[in-house]
Amino acid sequence: MSLFRLEKRPAPSSLLSGLTPILAVLATMVAGGVMFAILGFQPLEAIRTIFWDPLFDPQFGPYSRPQLLVKAGPLILIAIGLALGFKAGIWNIGAEGQYIMGAVVGGGVGLAFYPSESPLIFPLMVFAGAFGGWVWASIPAVLKTTFGTNEILVSLMLVYVAENILASMASGILRNPDGQGFPGSRNLARDYPAASNPELIADTGMHWGVVAAFIAVILAYVLMTRHKMGFAIRLAGEAPRAARFAGVSPTRLILFCLGTAGALAGLAGLFEVTGPAGQITIDFNSGYGFTAIIVAFLGRLHPVGILFAGLLMALTYIGGELAQLMLGMPAAAIQLFQGMLLFFLLAMDVFANYRLRIGQPEVTS
Amino acid sequence: MTTDAYLALDGLTKAYPGVVANDAVSFQIMPGQIHALLGENGAGKSTLVKMIYGLVKPDSGTMRVNNQPYEPATPHAARGSGVAMVFQHFSLFDALDVDENIALGMDNPPPMRELAARITEVSHAYGLPLDPSRRVGDLSAGERQRVEIIRCLLQNPKLLIMDEPTSVLTPQEVGILFETLRKLSDEGTAILYISHKLDEIRALCEEATVLRLGKVVATCDPREKSSRDLAELMVGETLHTPEREGGETGEVLLEVQNLSLSPANQFGTRLKNISFSLRAGEVLGIAGVAGNGQDELLAALSGERRVTPEAILFKGEAIGRAGPNARRVRGLLAAPEERLGHAAAPTMSLTENALLTGDIREALSRNGFVIWSKARRFAERVIEAFDVRTPGAETAAGALSGGNLQKFVIGREILQRPDVFVVNQPTWGVDASAAAAIRQAILDQSARGAGVVVISQDLDELMEISDNFAALNEGTLATPRPAKGLTVDEIGLMMGGAHDMDVAHPEELHA
Amino acid sequence: MDSINPILLIASLMVASTPILLAALGEMVVEKAGVLNLGVEGMMITGAVVGFAIGVNSGSSALGFVSAALAGAALSMVFAIITQVLLANQVATGLGLTLFGLGLSSLIGKPYVGVKAPGFAKLDIPFLSDIPVLGPILFRHDPMVYLSLILVAVVWYLLARTRVGLILRAVGENHAAAHALGYKVVRVRFAAIATGGAMAGLGGAYVSLVRVPQWVEGMTAGAGWIALAIVVFASWRPWRILLGAYLFGGITVLQLNLQAAGSSIPVEYLSMSPYLVTILVLVIISVRGNHGAPGSLGRVFHASQ
Repeated sequence: MSLFRLEKRPAPSSLLSGLTPILAVLATMVAGGVMFAILGFQPLEAIRTIFWDPLFDPQFGPYSRPQLLVKAGPLILIAIGLALGFKAGIWNIGAEGQYIMGAVVGGGVGLAFYPSESPLIFPLMVFAGAFGGWVWASIPAVLKTTFGTNEILVSLMLVYVAENILASMASGILRNPDGQGFPGSRNLARDYPAASNPELIADTGMHWGVVAAFIAVILAYVLMTRHKMGFAIRLAGEAPRAARFAGVSPTRLILFCLGTAGALAGLAGLFEVTGPAGQITIDFNSGYGFTAIIVAFLGRLHPVGILFAGLLMALTYIGGELAQLMLGMPAAAIQLFQGMLLFFLLAMDVFANYRLRIGQPEVTS
Repeated sequence: MTTDAYLALDGLTKAYPGVVANDAVSFQIMPGQIHALLGENGAGKSTLVKMIYGLVKPDSGTMRVNNQPYEPATPHAARGSGVAMVFQHFSLFDALDVDENIALGMDNPPPMRELAARITEVSHAYGLPLDPSRRVGDLSAGERQRVEIIRCLLQNPKLLIMDEPTSVLTPQEVGILFETLRKLSDEGTAILYISHKLDEIRALCEEATVLRLGKVVATCDPREKSSRDLAELMVGETLHTPEREGGETGEVLLEVQNLSLSPANQFGTRLKNISFSLRAGEVLGIAGVAGNGQDELLAALSGERRVTPEAILFKGEAIGRAGPNARRVRGLLAAPEERLGHAAAPTMSLTENALLTGDIREALSRNGFVIWSKARRFAERVIEAFDVRTPGAETAAGALSGGNLQKFVIGREILQRPDVFVVNQPTWGVDASAAAAIRQAILDQSARGAGVVVISQDLDELMEISDNFAALNEGTLATPRPAKGLTVDEIGLMMGGAHDMDVAHPEELHA
Repeated sequence: MDSINPILLIASLMVASTPILLAALGEMVVEKAGVLNLGVEGMMITGAVVGFAIGVNSGSSALGFVSAALAGAALSMVFAIITQVLLANQVATGLGLTLFGLGLSSLIGKPYVGVKAPGFAKLDIPFLSDIPVLGPILFRHDPMVYLSLILVAVVWYLLARTRVGLILRAVGENHAAAHALGYKVVRVRFAAIATGGAMAGLGGAYVSLVRVPQWVEGMTAGAGWIALAIVVFASWRPWRILLGAYLFGGITVLQLNLQAAGSSIPVEYLSMSPYLVTILVLVIISVRGNHGAPGSLGRVFHASQ
């Protein structure tokens, strides 16, 4: 027969499933190096600029280090929610839309009270942001539980709808009345202290969104390892029939997973427009909702893994910006690099789930 | 070495990690001979026929067909040498038509119109009428088997391999099949008949090869042996047969009234007006050919599918709308047929699988948080009490052998002391000693005063352990009758007789 | 509103529908073989940029289309290797393919922003194109429009009437049974995936070479996802794919015409209408029940023993 065979393991190897992300990163660096070389860059210099300089370069480090948390915060927050659903076999790929709606609803609530100075404004906005994302994600959830409609396509279609709503809002009712007719809302971070999400510790990039991301990691960890809902999520993903037999209600599971993911994405959007982005503009969203899908898989759908994966992915963003600045590398190269990372990870997963055997099977008895 | 044999096997060996499936197997099949391959589940019958049919390559040993070396690399090559096979689990495509299914199994099928005519012709000639334009998903299990047989016959095989063909047939349908096989044998076609049913083999076969743990332990004429002799050859030990205590039955625990349920999917079976009652201490056996509503009935009783409230009364309470856990609270427990993926999650540990159904009655969680130490202890109790062979409670369920996992799945429910226990195919694909242990455990439950519903396709098993007996046929349940004194003919009629096997449908054939 | 000319509207409907038709038809072949490739959008956008680049450099749109088909097929092979050989989850891999394709296309497309497309001659079919009303609607299109219609018939014929089609459907319905009968499941699926990739690439190139016609980053704007929805809408039947694609093309053209005509409905709400209609259609289809989905769709095939 063939030289190589794959033999299914009774249960995935936990050692290898922890190891594959590291191997995937290394493989991506090699393949990425080749890609950079094809694009006419010095591969090692490019890799160093992306992965080393943002953290350790004496000139750029102080500027880019805080950016690590700024970028990782939303990625982690969104990916934690997505991973819950992915674990259960519920495919929410519309986080980008939920992220936008969180920003629009949360930011909109804040702007409605401008120029209030009440300390309740920001908490209210946070709540409204989560609510906006939750509602947006609940649309595919309810359609799926009521009619059995495919959540992949609906959640994705709603991204385009959300983008149009954002465009309409940014140039419509949320437009800055003092903005000389330019689209975009008031600057929440700069001009509206009660609604702003400031850097909590100077030069760290730590803002409320990052705090929320860390809390989400801890809560998700407890949920998945200790709580019955976490068990139900894993069970539904591993063996859907067994989950129904165990009394897990698919309806509740879908509403919970999609709703939670939506709320977290909404929070991420709200923290973004009140902090790093500052205002609601037509294109304030930068694809975090999609990149978070890579983060979720790279983190093995495990909360702690997602924490590290989010930081790594944030590094590629900052490094990519630096490479753009220093080497003139196109921004798309980094997007491609991230896509390759997901491919390598999925490809290497096979070794966690299957044994690779070479030649004839061994005889053990 | 030349022989008259059509197929001669010499020293065939095949090993998988951890097990030698076939160890130097040798025997011969003469042209026109009906040759039995007899053995327990796990004796290596399937691996052997897969090698003959080109699905698995032997590690060593040789095969010869008509004295020529025979090394089929693919089923295609096997068919080219005149070897055809009817599978135990049908290799059919539900969404395709009968003629499309048959065309797929042929190497050079004629144009579809011509093929359809030949299907009609051949199926009538062998007493197995078949309408080529019907969708396979809509056929009964017996009709589906006919599709497989006709598919083989259209290629004029010299050797027809039949893998457990009667497990999906009623006794009457078995009779019709045997006539077809005898006719084929008279025409010179050799038949390799794989079964673990001794009476059938004694009625049909001229020679039997008995496999045990991958080795040939005997070759004999089954007509000259008693069933008991064959059983001992097959099992290699005297079996512990369960003892029926025959205790008194008590008050009615479970009452099912006019239970109807639409199928879960396109090719499922609709349950129609099912009624029965179950008393404390009673074992109710429900027979039926696969695909007649067994899965649906279990789902309705376990709470996976909801029905009208009054359709299921448990101790007088209407629970048709209650979910699985609400039923567990009340003492109605179930074990589905499919171990991997339904009764248990294969990639999860036994501890996690213990939690799967044990959460409520064993109080394995508090305020929604799982107490893992307690779940683990529960799993260990099941492992201990039911002699489950496993390295430990943290082993993945999928790593256990079929028999061991089945003991775990049944034990998990029984240790929760059910008032009513519903089980589907408790010993399917389980080795003999585990099967005996499981049957004994079921009887112990009834002795304890629980009511047990056993859904099974194994008639011998049901006759051995049931107080009352009923059969599912196309979603309808015959009225239960006392098992004692039922004849095979009566049972067969309850299972729907020969369905429509003996009668052709002229109007459909000309449609 | 008076400025909307119904004849031009229907004619441009055919043009607007062609990319989705090609991509959906290709994806249907893939799904009929039991594989769910969510990377249609990624393959389309790659086809769009490769087709445009080659078209501009060679001056030949035809060559652009051929290259786009090859590029789509090549990209789909990444998906095929990861899901069929390395047995990864198809949903995740398909998403990865889309993200990868979007990145790849914007990298390749950088130098082509603002460049003019080479142009693609329309077939002016003699006599037929002069028929009043029907002539301009049906007979004055470019060859790709007609090719896409021919492909619908070809796919229908192959699937319903030939042995190759029967084997493909068998693999998609029940891969274990097909394997037991000796069919090469993985090989059949590779071929189907490549076909789907090539057709998505063609669809993408049609957007950049004919429909727009220029290169804009992310220009397929969800057409690949709509193609996936149309496959469900069509219950995996070729002629219904045609119907679905033309329906969506119609909505797209109508809303664009309304925008151009200065309708009182805000632009953003018109732009989101195709996506909302997609959702609506998906809901209606699911109420009716997803009949016709291949039995092994999206499941990992691993030939054990």
